[in-house]
Amino acid sequence: MGALGLDVSALPAVSRVDDAPRVVVDAVGKTFGRGFGAGQVLADIRLEIRTGEFLCILGPSGCGKSTLLNIVAGFLPPTSGRVLVDGAPVTGPGAERGVVFQEYVLFPWLTVAQNVEFGPRLNGVPVEERRRLTERYLALVGLTAHAGKLPAQLSGGMKQRVAIARALANGPSIILMDEPFGALDAQTREVMQDELSRIQRVERQTVLFVTHSIREAVYLADRVVVMTSAPGRVKQVFTITLPESRDRFAPEFTRAESEITRVVKEEVAKVHE
Amino acid sequence: MIAKSPQHGARRGRGVFLSSLTELMQWGLRGAALPRRRGLALRAGAVLGFLALWSLASGLVVLLKLFNPIFLAGPWLVLGKVLELAVNGQLWVHVWATLERVIIGFGTGALAALALGLPAGYFPGVRKVVEPVVEMLRPIPPLAMLPLFIVWIGIGEGSKIGFITYATFFPMFLTTVHAVQQVDPLLVRAARSLGARPGQLFARVILPAALPEILTGIRLGVALAFFVIVISEFIGAEQGLGYLINDGRNFFLVPQMLGAAVLLGLLGYASSALIGLVERRWLRWERSAST
Amino acid sequence: MIRAGALFAVLALWGVVTYGNRALEVINPALLPTPSDVAAAGVAMVRDGSLFVNVGVSLLRIAQGFGLAAAAALALGILVGLCPPLRLMLEPIVELLRPIPPLAFLPMFLVWFGLGETSKVAFIAYTTFFPMFVGIASSLLRVDVMLLRAAASLGATRAALLRHVVLPASLPGIVVALRVGFGLALFVIVGAEFMGADAGLGHMIMEGRVFFNPAQIVMGALLLGALGSAVNALLLATERRVLGGRAPS
Repeated sequence: MGALGLDVSALPAVSRVDDAPRVVVDAVGKTFGRGFGAGQVLADIRLEIRTGEFLCILGPSGCGKSTLLNIVAGFLPPTSGRVLVDGAPVTGPGAERGVVFQEYVLFPWLTVAQNVEFGPRLNGVPVEERRRLTERYLALVGLTAHAGKLPAQLSGGMKQRVAIARALANGPSIILMDEPFGALDAQTREVMQDELSRIQRVERQTVLFVTHSIREAVYLADRVVVMTSAPGRVKQVFTITLPESRDRFAPEFTRAESEITRVVKEEVAKVHE
Repeated sequence: MIAKSPQHGARRGRGVFLSSLTELMQWGLRGAALPRRRGLALRAGAVLGFLALWSLASGLVVLLKLFNPIFLAGPWLVLGKVLELAVNGQLWVHVWATLERVIIGFGTGALAALALGLPAGYFPGVRKVVEPVVEMLRPIPPLAMLPLFIVWIGIGEGSKIGFITYATFFPMFLTTVHAVQQVDPLLVRAARSLGARPGQLFARVILPAALPEILTGIRLGVALAFFVIVISEFIGAEQGLGYLINDGRNFFLVPQMLGAAVLLGLLGYASSALIGLVERRWLRWERSAST
Repeated sequence: MIRAGALFAVLALWGVVTYGNRALEVINPALLPTPSDVAAAGVAMVRDGSLFVNVGVSLLRIAQGFGLAAAAALALGILVGLCPPLRLMLEPIVELLRPIPPLAFLPMFLVWFGLGETSKVAFIAYTTFFPMFVGIASSLLRVDVMLLRAAASLGATRAALLRHVVLPASLPGIVVALRVGFGLALFVIVGAEFMGADAGLGHMIMEGRVFFNPAQIVMGALLLGALGSAVNALLLATERRVLGGRAPS
């Protein structure tokens, strides 16, 4: 067990992932500003995400990973290249690309249940079906008892669970998560990682997950994409061949972690030069 | 008008009414920040447009004989009247009369607000004594007390200045008390564990920490002073910008009325700006922390 | 409770000062009305009905002026929030008029509309319009971009964003703007009724000066205070119901 460190060109098929690429990032580049003061944040990113795959983007701060996520989400236009989801090019945000934000961004005037059914409601799903969906996903994240509460009454971890339920309930092709556990304390963070892992085993959702925590990436991901410092490129792609239910203290886990850490450290050193 | 950015996808059109989705996603309803020169040019343009519209409207009234044109005097008439008053020296008399009342009234109010507010903020005992009176008087619009001042002090300068003092005292007092109260207790602890004695603590820690809010209160007090002085100059005054405005009523001297009003606005604006300047110089430490 | 205690303390202070003054004859007792003087004046006003007339007239003027201004501020505020070019055009005009104290225009309104109700209502409308308009527009513009993004990635179109995100998110700010506007209306109505009015609380207070009846002035002031407090409490309660348990955004 524990083969690691494969790079981009040879991607083994891991059993639980479908074959057709769900999302294609095709030579995406992003430059902010114009003329003299312009800064290139991303350069020539090429990625393919398969259905049911949990892909992690990892890298030092400033490497553009959040920018990449925002481009895939449709919040920012790329300067060059394009993103394809189910074969269709991305021209803006849309229901097929759900997002979970670091700051939760729940609608403060709606209850937990109303937040979760927001997407289906917008998209014309009939009342009965909406209720069913809401109940299902609230149960999945363990918040059935809090359905009538307002976000202000929830803790950070609970809010993020509502956000996850909200994204899932809309049935997107892919869910984008931008350091979703970054605002939580260390213990809650680990609990949430366990939760997410469990949910993923049930839902088999396609996920693009941005983080700067190597531990988190190894724990959750099928593949880990390590990015270089600005301008961000794909430095190396690791395939995690650990079992679905992972033990943070298993030697294989630690080995994967060290291997990736070594690669990431090279880039971090560059940032601080 | 919004800075152009490369649009992905087919739609190049920008929504004038409600920005495109791309722009909304990037900047919200605010829209992109305009380059400085553009923004300035647009503002200047809008001001000129407003003046042009005003001139046009008053011109049309004359041409089409819609109603008696004195009701809508064009900007040139207003300017002319102001200049006329300036040249024959009358303007300064009135401006100074108003300013004098504001300065003395506001000054007294500010001093009183600080003199009472600082101790009230610091000593709960003082606060308990002063608070009931303040709470009782707060819901009563200060303007309601103007006639009382006139009855007490007579119709001259005294009642006007007294009234301004009264009107400006309360908000400045309340902000001062609040400013002292909200000083971070951690700052006080840090100072104490460095050995600060009560006098030093007050002068070197609490006062500087409360200063931003106190100055904001002072700036609001000045604005309030200009806000209320007009009405006190309507009644029983022989000089002052407010007097000019009300006096104009008798003979429909609209240019005079509008001119004095605009001047009043300018004075108020200049005073606020002045205090703003003081704020910026004294509070440089605060700005660098927040930016 | 603190409030009752404070009230009592102030009344006691008032009584001490005025009755003491009466006994020691320091100042002309008419200038320092005792609580009983004021109460007597109040009773007289209730008896001849003038109290209710004056309160009613003032309230009506406020309601009409504020109502007009609120409707205009809402309509224009929402329009400006949605149309950036419009905002850029209107902003300097608002900035120009803002430093000029509204009361400075009161005589203009009297010239334009005469001495009747219209001038007072129009004046209140003018005074309250600008701050409400600015408040409403700015709370629309301040809607968090992240909320827009969250809704868009759940499938919201621009129209849906408006209905389901922008309006609910800016509601607290809008309500605050309206409340502030109403407070301003109460503030200036007195001044507006000092001149060229024959009814209303401001007029009543001014009458107290003309006929050298400080008790009437104090009565009027107290009525205003009570009115202001009552309305404010009402508005706050309504605000709380409308906004539910939302944490301030």
